[in-house]
Amino acid sequence: MITGTPKPIEEILEMVDPYDRIVVAGCYGCVTVCRVGGEKEVQVLSSTLRLARETAGKKITIKEVCLERQCDPEYIEQMRSYVHDYQAVLSIACGAGIQFLAEKYTTTPLLPGINTGFLGVTERQGEWAERCQGCGDCVLHLTGGICPVTRCAKSLFHGPCGGSVQGHCEVGKDTPCGWQLIIDRLKALDQMDNYTKLKPYKGWNTSRDGGPRRIVREDMI
Amino acid sequence: MKAGSNLEKVLAAGHFAVTAECGPPRGADPEIVRKKAAYVKGNVDACNVTDNQTSVVRMSSVAGCVLLKEMGIEPLLQMVVRDRNRIALQSDLLGASALGVRNMLCLSGDHQKFGDDPQAKNVFDIDSMQLIHLVRTMRDEGVFPSGQKLEGAPKFFIGCAVNPFADPFEIRVPRLKMKMMAGADFVQTQCIYNMDKFKTYLEDAKRQGLHEKVKILAGVTPLKSAGMAKFMKKMVAGMDIPDAVIKRIADEPKEKQAAKGIEMCIEQIQELKEMEGIAGVHVMAIEWEEKLQEIIGGAGLLPRPVVD
Repeated sequence: MITGTPKPIEEILEMVDPYDRIVVAGCYGCVTVCRVGGEKEVQVLSSTLRLARETAGKKITIKEVCLERQCDPEYIEQMRSYVHDYQAVLSIACGAGIQFLAEKYTTTPLLPGINTGFLGVTERQGEWAERCQGCGDCVLHLTGGICPVTRCAKSLFHGPCGGSVQGHCEVGKDTPCGWQLIIDRLKALDQMDNYTKLKPYKGWNTSRDGGPRRIVREDMI
Repeated sequence: MKAGSNLEKVLAAGHFAVTAECGPPRGADPEIVRKKAAYVKGNVDACNVTDNQTSVVRMSSVAGCVLLKEMGIEPLLQMVVRDRNRIALQSDLLGASALGVRNMLCLSGDHQKFGDDPQAKNVFDIDSMQLIHLVRTMRDEGVFPSGQKLEGAPKFFIGCAVNPFADPFEIRVPRLKMKMMAGADFVQTQCIYNMDKFKTYLEDAKRQGLHEKVKILAGVTPLKSAGMAKFMKKMVAGMDIPDAVIKRIADEPKEKQAAKGIEMCIEQIQELKEMEGIAGVHVMAIEWEEKLQEIIGGAGLLPRPVVD
C-alpha cells in the first residue's frame, strides 16, 4: 500500500489560515489501511481544526467527506456538487489522490494534510516499512524475493558493501542490511549462483528517471 | 601492460608494492595537498587521492591527482559511485586519463548520511562492481558501455577495494572473485587489524588462485592512540580491531602510544611482506602523512624500486 504520515497540525493550521470554509477529504484506499487518511482521521482532524480555530477566535466551517478512492475519476466526480461552495480542499489522501483532485477542480486550492511515504507493508501494528520503489523492472526472482533497489540503502546490485555489520546497514542499526537478507534467502533457496553472477547496469529509464510514467493497456481501452 | 602505470610496472616486476593515501583538503588551497604530498614523495609507488571520503565535501580527487602528478608523485584516483551517474563517471574518467592519471580505484562510497550534507540526493546509478566493468570496457574495448566508439581509450590500472571483515564473511572471497572477473587488476583491502581473520580470508582466496590473477595490497593504518583504536572500532562500520590489539597500545603510557602504534604497524607490514599472495601494502596514515617515511622505511621498503 501507499503509506504516509500526518503533517504537523501547526503546518496544517498555517495552510488553512486564509480560509473559513473548507472540505476535509479522506480516502478509503491505502491511507485508510495505514490509518492516516481514512474516515476516522477525517473526523479527528476536522475536530482538531475546529477547536483550534475556535480558540483562536477564527471559526471555520468544515465539510467532512471520505471518497472511495481519490485516484479514480468516478469517485472524484462525486465532489462536484458541493466543492465550489468551499474555498479549499484539505486532502489526507496520498500525493496521487491530492493531485488528481487538483486536476479535476482547477479553481479550488488543494492542501496536503499528510506527507506521502512509500510503497510498503504493515510489519506490525503501528509500524510500516518500505518494500518497493516502483522502478519498473522487477528482479525479485533473482534476489530471493527481496528488492536490492529498495532494501539496500545504496540500491547496489552487487551488495553488500563494506558497511554491512551483523546484519545491519551502515546507515543505522534499525535498518537491516538488504543484501544480508538477500544472501540468507538465496542460501535457503539454494540459489547462490544468482549471487555470483555479474548483473547488467540497471536501466533507470523505467523508473522515475525516465520522466513521469504512464501505463497504457490497449486491451482495456 | 594494461595502463603502463608505475604501480603496474612495480607489481609486474615482482616487487612488493607500496601505496599510501592523501585526503584532499576541505577547501581550495592547493598548498595543503602539496604539503601532504611532500611526505609521500619517494616513499610510495602510487598515492591514492580519496573521493569525498565519509561523504564530507573536499577538493575533487581528480584535481588532487593532478597536483600530485605535478610534484612527480604517481596518483591513484579514487572514484565513488555515490555522487555521479554513469554519464559523469565516464566523463571524469576520460578527463583524468587525459590529464595523465593511470591508476584508479572503484568504490561505492560511504552513505551520505555520514557527511555534512545528509540531505543530499544519492546517485548509485551503477555500483562499484559495475564501475570496474565500465572502466575495463572503455580501456580494453575502446568503446563506451553504450557501444559508441571512443576517441582515444582511457588508460587505467584498475583497482577495487575489499573489506574482509564485513558481514557476511562467507561471501567476501566470492566478492573478490567477482571483482576480478569484472576487470579489477589489483585490490586494496580495508585496514587490517585482525590478522587471524585476514589469514583465513587470504587462504580461501589463494585456494581459488585469486592472488595470481589480482594483485592483493594489504591495507594498514597506524594507530595514534588507544583512543583512536576504540573510536574506530565503535564508529567505523566494518572495522574489526581485536581487543588484544587495543590492549597492546593501551598498555603504553599516553605519550608513548603513538610510537607504539608505528612500531605495531611496521611489525604488521613485515609480517604481511612474508605472506604468500600479498603483493604489496597500502598504508593509510590518516592525517599522519609525516610518519609515512618512518613506517615504510622501518619496514625495510625504502628506497622504492625504479622500473622502466
